Amino acid sequence: MSIISTAGLARTFITKAGPVEAVRSIDMTVAAGEIVGLLGPNGAGKTTTLRMLTTLLAPTGGAATVAGCDLLADPAGVRKKCGYVAQSGGVDPHISVREELVTQGRLYRLGKAAAASRAAELAAGLGLSELLDRKTATLSGGQRRRLDIAMGLTHRPAVLFLDEPTTGLDPGSRTDLWELVRRLRDTYGTTVVLTTHYLDEADALADRLVVVDGGLVVAEGTPAALKTRYAGSPDASLQAAFLAITGRAPAPADAAPVAV
Amino acid sequence: MLLHDTALVFGRYARQTLRSKFQILFGILMPLLYLLFFGPLLTGLPLGSAGDSWQVLVPGLLLQLGLFGASFAGFAIIIDKSTGVVERMRVTPVSRLALLLGRVLRDALLFMFQAVLLVLAAVAMGLRAPLPGVLIGFAFVGLLTVSLASLSYALAMKVGTPQEFGPVINSLTMPSMLLSGLMLPMTLGPGWLDVLSHLTPFRYLVDAVRDAYVGSYATAHMLYGVLVSLGFAAVSVTVGTRVFRRAGA
Repeated sequence: MSIISTAGLARTFITKAGPVEAVRSIDMTVAAGEIVGLLGPNGAGKTTTLRMLTTLLAPTGGAATVAGCDLLADPAGVRKKCGYVAQSGGVDPHISVREELVTQGRLYRLGKAAAASRAAELAAGLGLSELLDRKTATLSGGQRRRLDIAMGLTHRPAVLFLDEPTTGLDPGSRTDLWELVRRLRDTYGTTVVLTTHYLDEADALADRLVVVDGGLVVAEGTPAALKTRYAGSPDASLQAAFLAITGRAPAPADAAPVAV
Repeated sequence: MLLHDTALVFGRYARQTLRSKFQILFGILMPLLYLLFFGPLLTGLPLGSAGDSWQVLVPGLLLQLGLFGASFAGFAIIIDKSTGVVERMRVTPVSRLALLLGRVLRDALLFMFQAVLLVLAAVAMGLRAPLPGVLIGFAFVGLLTVSLASLSYALAMKVGTPQEFGPVINSLTMPSMLLSGLMLPMTLGPGWLDVLSHLTPFRYLVDAVRDAYVGSYATAHMLYGVLVSLGFAAVSVTVGTRVFRRAGA
């Protein structure tokens, strides 16, 4: 059963130089409980797609339903059922971990006691219990990213969108985070859609990959299927398949996105 | 739900302000300096207005506090945008109006607190004004803050960097201050300046608060001041909410 479905989803930006079609037409479906990786070269339209699906950007064309809510007709319904963790995170550096988690729960309309209890539960689940009274500015990169994800989970969303979740993390923290994402899906049945520039991450973590280029879906399938089809063998590297699909290597993770 | 959401956003930013004593006290420095170093120059001068020089200057300084303080409120949201806090809050189901009002009401409370400190200092310097008039003055500061902070946040949501935001605000606040007669009554100037002054909304607020400080409440100045304040607040909050509501802003 699909939990995300898009048809011709598009976004054109009007700039001084003229209209820019950041996303031309995205058609994709995501099944409930899937971990889907959105891949593409820089400027392909991944982040714009994610921002539309989370209601941060209004589409200029097409339609989508997310967690049973129409993206255009019921954006508030989409917000209630989705969590979004942006690349930049979104925590105030001067506030304690506990206060951020509780306030986030309250923003999702949990009562005071429920928000406090959810904060403690998430902190325990994500290894943040010892850090609850620390200011977020004092956390390490990996701890901070776990907090970002906890913030996206306070209302137990049906779908969690992660934008470049492991950018800037050391290898140990990255694999910890992959484990966490798998645990979320296995424990709560959370559907996860993530963008990443790391092909090893996409290969190891995602059930299915959607490759976007020039604002269109140019390939999709399991990592093994894409490698077989585009690189000749399921044991080939995803890099080889990606190059065959897009003709380009993925941009470095810390490169600035282009107008999306 | 709007009340719940507004209270929640207000609480978050009020706690943030309480953690910064520097922000609470430093904002009052400029009007306090005017009070200390400019106020004594005016005593005994014919200012062409009812009441003594303190009753002319202090209403101006109160509105100056609101004008400069609230106009720069948007800087905070530029920082919140850069840390991702704004986006994180915009993907929650919280009302878009509450995202604006919570911040704006925090600003109004902060500047009214600073206004109380300013009036207390002015009383020590020699200000004598009726209590109802002083309270009316605080209400005008509150309304002005709501209006200007709403516009400031709206502009800050539109611009990318503090480097873009600062010069725009400076270029708007300085002529507003000079034309509104905050420092000296505009009736002292030539006719054309007085006419030009009436084109800014702040002029009406200054005249109304000066009337309140001499105990004149049922005046045309007061009526125009109230109407302009309420109208300006309605327009500003509407503009601010639209910007917060618009996806991608």
